[in-house]
Amino acid sequence: MGRGILLSGGADIDFMIHGVFSYELFGQTVWITTTHICVLIVMLVLAIFSIIAGRTMKKAEEIPKGFQNVVEIVVEMLDGVVTNTMGKNAPGFKNYIGTIFIFILVSNISGLFGLRPPTADYGVTLPLGLMTFTLIHFNKFKYQKVSGVIKGLCDPWPFWAPINIIGDVAVPISLSLRLFANILSGTVIMALIYGLLSKFALIWPAALHVYFDLFSGAIQTYVFCMLTMTYISDAMTTE
Amino acid sequence: MEFNNNFILGCSAIGAGLAVIAGIGPGVGQGIAAGHAAAAVGRNPGAKGDITSTMLLGQAVAETTGLYGLLIAMLLLFVKPLLP
Repeated sequence: MGRGILLSGGADIDFMIHGVFSYELFGQTVWITTTHICVLIVMLVLAIFSIIAGRTMKKAEEIPKGFQNVVEIVVEMLDGVVTNTMGKNAPGFKNYIGTIFIFILVSNISGLFGLRPPTADYGVTLPLGLMTFTLIHFNKFKYQKVSGVIKGLCDPWPFWAPINIIGDVAVPISLSLRLFANILSGTVIMALIYGLLSKFALIWPAALHVYFDLFSGAIQTYVFCMLTMTYISDAMTTE
Repeated sequence: MEFNNNFILGCSAIGAGLAVIAGIGPGVGQGIAAGHAAAAVGRNPGAKGDITSTMLLGQAVAETTGLYGLLIAMLLLFVKPLLP
């Protein structure tokens, strides 16, 4: 990826996305990158977890123990978060919010296991933001009807509409950039520490991993889901 | 007018440094949020959990503007869009 001009450009500072192999599609060269592989690993882990969870819950017992306990805690926690935020709109969104919560959380903390976090690639976070955008506007048209949407656009005065449209378009961009930039900054800082202090980075970087991977990743996951839920329930309220 | 590549890289580095000054704003904002949250916990210690989660949410939203500056700095340093 060329010599970074950063800090006299160590060749061992590496946090970029690399292509693994390429193929031709309609005359375009398409790369399978490290992000694809990390997403696949995350998906595999989640799929195995859910298969085991499904098997455990099939022979669930009255008094939970072991793995059943873990699954019940996770599901109850996600249910509680969605119900507290969305109120009466919650039942339709528990599955979606729970899914993206678990996916983003596992992606963010996959830096702990030596992967490059998939969410440190804008190609992963932008689709998440666009899904939120689609849900917001689908529900807006469904619940407020076309007249309500037009009324919302011309909120203080009719000539205010362009500003409102910019505000609507900014929602997915800011959502995805927030997640992307937080995880990327953590990845860059860890790469700098390991690259520059290679001999001295022995045990103490673990504390930084706790902050940048666990704390920051969990907070950003929570914020992404919280904002998604707030925007959607905003769109679903009719005056 | 022709510019040397090294000159462009140096100017990109200066620009990246200037872009990260954007971090001042979120720092002040997050400090204000944390201060008010501490005051709120002092007034009503029972609501500590709610106050903490609200504070973290607000702080993460306030952080966004600073992260935009960071992104500009990253683009200037690593993607080098100004090089011909």
